[in-house]
Amino acid sequence: MSVAKVPAAGGRRYWRWLPIAPATALLLLFLGGPIAYCVWIALTDMQLTGQESASFVGLDNFRRAFQDDAFINAVVLTLVFTLLSSIIGQNTLGLALAALMQRAGKTVRTVTGVVVICAWVLPEIVAGFLLYTFFHRQGTLNAVLDWLHLPSQNWLFTLPILAVSFANIWRGTAFSMLVYSAALSEIPTEVTESAQVDGANARQRLWFITLPMIRRSIGTNLMLNTLQTLSVFGLIWAMTRGGPGNRSQTLPVFMYDQAFDKALIGYGTAVALLLLLVGALFSVIYLRLMREEV
Amino acid sequence: MRPTAPLIFSLTAAVALSTLTGCGGGSGNDKDTLEVAFPKDTNNKVTWRDDYIDDIAAKFEKANPGKDVKPVPIQATGNDYYTKIQQMMRSSKTAPDLVYEDTFLINSDIKSGYLLPLDGYLKDWKDWDQFEESAKKAARAEDGKTYGVPDGTDTRGLWFNKKLFKKAGLPQDWQPRTWDEVLETARTLKRKLPDVIPLNVFTGKGAGEAAAMQGFEMLLYGTDDPLYDEGSRKWVTGSKGFRDSLEFVETVYSEKLGPDVSDALDANIQTRVPTEYLPEGKLAIALDGSWLSQQWIKTGGKPWPEWSTTMGRAAMPTQDGGGAGKVSMSGGWTWSIPKQSDNHDLAWKMIKTFQTQQNATDFCVRGAQIAVRADVAEDPQYQGSMPGIEFFTDLVEVSEYRPALPVYPQVSAALTEAMEQVTAGDASPGEAADRYDEELESLTDGAVTTR
Repeated sequence: MSVAKVPAAGGRRYWRWLPIAPATALLLLFLGGPIAYCVWIALTDMQLTGQESASFVGLDNFRRAFQDDAFINAVVLTLVFTLLSSIIGQNTLGLALAALMQRAGKTVRTVTGVVVICAWVLPEIVAGFLLYTFFHRQGTLNAVLDWLHLPSQNWLFTLPILAVSFANIWRGTAFSMLVYSAALSEIPTEVTESAQVDGANARQRLWFITLPMIRRSIGTNLMLNTLQTLSVFGLIWAMTRGGPGNRSQTLPVFMYDQAFDKALIGYGTAVALLLLLVGALFSVIYLRLMREEV
Repeated sequence: MRPTAPLIFSLTAAVALSTLTGCGGGSGNDKDTLEVAFPKDTNNKVTWRDDYIDDIAAKFEKANPGKDVKPVPIQATGNDYYTKIQQMMRSSKTAPDLVYEDTFLINSDIKSGYLLPLDGYLKDWKDWDQFEESAKKAARAEDGKTYGVPDGTDTRGLWFNKKLFKKAGLPQDWQPRTWDEVLETARTLKRKLPDVIPLNVFTGKGAGEAAAMQGFEMLLYGTDDPLYDEGSRKWVTGSKGFRDSLEFVETVYSEKLGPDVSDALDANIQTRVPTEYLPEGKLAIALDGSWLSQQWIKTGGKPWPEWSTTMGRAAMPTQDGGGAGKVSMSGGWTWSIPKQSDNHDLAWKMIKTFQTQQNATDFCVRGAQIAVRADVAEDPQYQGSMPGIEFFTDLVEVSEYRPALPVYPQVSAALTEAMEQVTAGDASPGEAADRYDEELESLTDGAVTTR
């Protein structure tokens, strides 16, 4: 199309919007609409059962959340889960795998790639059940530990947040690996080679050459990872249902528990909006980091 | 360039419009198809209810040519099933035509306006006179109207494995008289048979209502303190009975008299007890429902012919043997018609088909249910259906019903939460009881009374 070459006249601007008007309308209808509806529900005391009609309660649900120990607990666990599994786990492991694979032979690269990506391709709920049987008291992991004569652990009970974090690392590392593989292959070999000639060792090359050059990819990857991890529900639900007690109850699980098990749709929706806020905060931080020039 | 813009626009609009109208089409408007929603066990081998409904559906289709019954099995644990049907019943696009409602939450769903009052139909149905008064009340709301037809009821007590008892040198006709005797027996079992789980008491959020009713209420109703004070129409907080009941749960799990805590809190425990622990001789005593043998007969999920000679039954005693000396709780399920369905008359016809004398008997036999109809209770096929039917039927006399109030499901959730904290060792019975009191006050808008 040669539209871009024609200088835009005042009236033509509007016409340019025309082709994407349907898409915009659909987005507003199917994305904006539900969000607006959510905000409305969050301001009511709507229940799934046991109530004749919902009434408007203003910001009561939000006030209630901040006084609710279980909500605070869920926020803390969500941050722990995100930090452990996404920022530290998936991100670092993904980068390490990508870096190692760059140097590996073709066969090793293919095999590792396939294995890692398999975990990623599995539907969340399937992965959830697989990992449930893996971490279960009588599961695979403990069988292996027994065989090695190491003390076995009741993973899903003693430190469930760690178990679900590991599960999320296992599942999500492939994504980081793919992003970093692409980023690393973009680094011109001349740059690394000349650094090598200048006497930089491997660690210095990583720190002064590689990391700064893939900074943008790191930012993008962190953002996508974090947002994905914040909303992980099926994995945790299948493995622990947020239990025992509420030791692995992250915000999405807490939200489901309130909205559907306790039938408090209004409160659950308010929690969902707060979760959105947490995600937005993370996004802003990452965007800031990415904008900064070296 | 200009001419292409409208072209693209109209093309996109056409695609979008056709997609949008596609959404509106939905199902559920078909007058000849009757959708029947019911829970399906999470263990795939357990299909007795599916089979029963398929059989009745076939009879119905034969008697009503041109009509089609579409079973909608919802495979889920207890609480997830309730959530699912509530969501379905909110909209006429998704509402099934007939729904299987637990009396546990029927009052709550009635208040939400999900269900159709059946009085108009019931007054012309002479079979209704066969139903016992207490069963009729199960689905009668605060407004005096009836919203469901019950198909059976249940009672609760202690099941015990006589073979394991023999090995441990315990009596075959065991009947504990106090809580302490139950715990003492469990301790003996633990000593003599270290590989066997002595006693299961459902607990925690995973087991859901099973924990609240089979577990907690079976204890609490055996103390001097009620859950709900009928006189003042208020919920009870701060009672000694409440703490004592939590303490019983704590004792079971801290002394390791129950299943491993992680198994006890697993949502699958309710299926695992009758299909795995008991038949495989891994569990000696189960505080559970009268219906367990539905799994062990030949239509069940775990056929186990020896059950009738292996399993003994004992009534759950009150805390210190006072009162009637024994405790039981009763519940049951009803067939109800969602208001949002547009096939009310056909749905009613289906309920009548479920409740012909013969089909109702068949259900009670397959489901190991206690009959709610006089003509079923008299049927020899029912009377000879399972050993112990007299035992559980006799418990009806002392059996209590849960408070039939819309807020009950939420109270139940708070109960299971208190149990879970105590079981996992995250809180003492006192702390958990205090949290429950707080929660109760907010759930009921302060309609509480302190003992």
